[in-house]
Amino acid sequence: MNPVSYLYLSALLFTIGGVGVLLRRNAIVVFMCVELMLNACNLAFVTFSRMHGNLDGQVFAFFTMVVAAAEVVVGLAIIVSVYRARHSASVDDASLLKL
Amino acid sequence: MSHAAAVHRLWTEFPTAAAVDAPKKIPAPHIEYAQLSPTLIVLGAAVLAVLVEAFLPRRARHLTQLALSVVGLAAGFAAVVALAAKGYGTGKAHAAAMGAVAVDGPALFLQGTILLVALVAVLGFAERRLDPAAHGRPVDSFAAQAAAVPGGDAEQEAVKAGRTTSEVFPLLLFAVAGMLVFPAADDLLTLFVALEVFSLPLYILCALARRKRLLSQEAAVKYFLLGAFSSAVLLFGIALLYGYSGTVAYSGIADVVSGAVRTMDPALAATTGNDALLLIGGAMVLMGLLFKVGAAPFHMWTPDVYQGAPTPVTGFMAAATKVAAFGALLRLLYVVLPGLRWDWRPVMWGVAILTMLVGAIVAVTQTDVKRLLAYSSIAHAGFILAGVIAVSPDGVSSVLFYLGAYAFVTLGAFAVVTLVRDAGGEATHLSKWAGLGRRSPLVAAVFAVFLLAFAGIPLTSGFAGKFAVFKAAAAGGAVPLVIVGVVSSAVAAFFYVRVIVLMFFSEPKGDGPSVAVPSPLTSTAIGIGVAVTIALGVAPQYFLDLAGQAGVFVR
Repeated sequence: MNPVSYLYLSALLFTIGGVGVLLRRNAIVVFMCVELMLNACNLAFVTFSRMHGNLDGQVFAFFTMVVAAAEVVVGLAIIVSVYRARHSASVDDASLLKL
Repeated sequence: MSHAAAVHRLWTEFPTAAAVDAPKKIPAPHIEYAQLSPTLIVLGAAVLAVLVEAFLPRRARHLTQLALSVVGLAAGFAAVVALAAKGYGTGKAHAAAMGAVAVDGPALFLQGTILLVALVAVLGFAERRLDPAAHGRPVDSFAAQAAAVPGGDAEQEAVKAGRTTSEVFPLLLFAVAGMLVFPAADDLLTLFVALEVFSLPLYILCALARRKRLLSQEAAVKYFLLGAFSSAVLLFGIALLYGYSGTVAYSGIADVVSGAVRTMDPALAATTGNDALLLIGGAMVLMGLLFKVGAAPFHMWTPDVYQGAPTPVTGFMAAATKVAAFGALLRLLYVVLPGLRWDWRPVMWGVAILTMLVGAIVAVTQTDVKRLLAYSSIAHAGFILAGVIAVSPDGVSSVLFYLGAYAFVTLGAFAVVTLVRDAGGEATHLSKWAGLGRRSPLVAAVFAVFLLAFAGIPLTSGFAGKFAVFKAAAAGGAVPLVIVGVVSSAVAAFFYVRVIVLMFFSEPKGDGPSVAVPSPLTSTAIGIGVAVTIALGVAPQYFLDLAGQAGVFVR
């Protein structure tokens, strides 16, 4: 199979993630969309790695996974603490900081 | 594609007997530990600080953490100075750690700046005299227990037990370590990891305010979601650049961009060089960096986060993140994409003009001091971008100088904001600052110095920096940009002067805020801010020369 197809798939996933971040209201869902974007990046890295025949992309994918895991830890901690204080994880409810 | 097939057989086919008999030796990477010492020292101090958190009794932690942070950051700065003295800033500049980290003039200059900024910021973190003591124990600006619900029973209990979040010190040290690597990153992998290493601690630090914690948590959520979104965009851009060039090393990508490839693998030659990937990827990486810099149209997070975060954290974030992110932006544009400058310069022109105008004009309508300073930082990002666009050694050195000057003014200004308080904590609404000059002339005068420096009045560091940046931009052929810059400086000067007028020429209100008497920590921080502001304004030449010597990137 032509590896370029995987690039289209990765661009599609990235776009779905990006649209989700911009449109969804729940902070957890927004965060999951960010993770989808990161995974789309991973798919692109691995595909390019296959196309170029070198390993840089695969190494990069491992680093991305580690970073995504670290981001989950920090992000969920923040979102959960906000949920406990407000009983809502909606991004629209968090609007105290408007002028 | 024969080469590709050879690589992939490694994990798709069972190894033959011959291959098992003769395992290939993988050469160990050569790491120049001495040249990476500033980062390693700070990281080591951060790890030690985590251990302190785990093993020391609560009473001893605050002082130990403060001492450890100060010693770690000072030792890091000494290491930077030692490297610069050995000539790594000029003649011996090269890419260390197998080409992952550059040790050159701009990197050392920015690392030195970041370390000094962090050293001053730590003093603000450790301040414990501004809030009245709770249950007989002094408290700092950070929540007693971050996980407790604000105002709930658990929090009351934590306050009563005298808990403090002394984890802020290791978090600060980790953030600083990431920031030290960020402007020195010489490949995209290092860039991305450094970005995350300094962003993640900052997200947490934002959520830790003792007072107004709902605002603080909200700021953290916004910063986190937008920051994660922007780093995902940056990452996809990196993937596309890798797809374009077949490598993540800056020099390798630059070679493919300029078409001057020294040794191109035939397998790679067939799959690289797609210009669409280069343009889209470059744009997405730039977007990620411009978000961190706080340039319009990626500035939306700045006012909310600056307002909601605990003020010492805001000061640190505003100063150090800007320095680190502009360092990375400069290196990307000057080392990776110089061959593409006819494509990125018009875009950056637009971004710079928009940033200057948005920052200056929206700031006029602000009524909160921290939001005002946030919009002013956006405007300043625009001024610095004008220097970035110059694409000349003068441009680099003027940006370096501006960053150093701006960082200390910002730190000082936010430190003053922590002092003006009423019953609810910091009184950040501008109406409460009316008549401050009558009540506490010294604090008001110091804040006026910082505002004048922001406005770029002569004899302050702001003037020297702006002059250098605009001169470089004009010499680089960006005269319209300079005109927009001067006009928006004038608009910006209006609201800075308005605050000064408010402080000195209006009657103080009866229920106005009081000015807290800080411990020597904050006084020292503000004193350093004023001293640097005046020194860089009155005698900028030495520092301009220093920045001028440091203005060459290693390739």
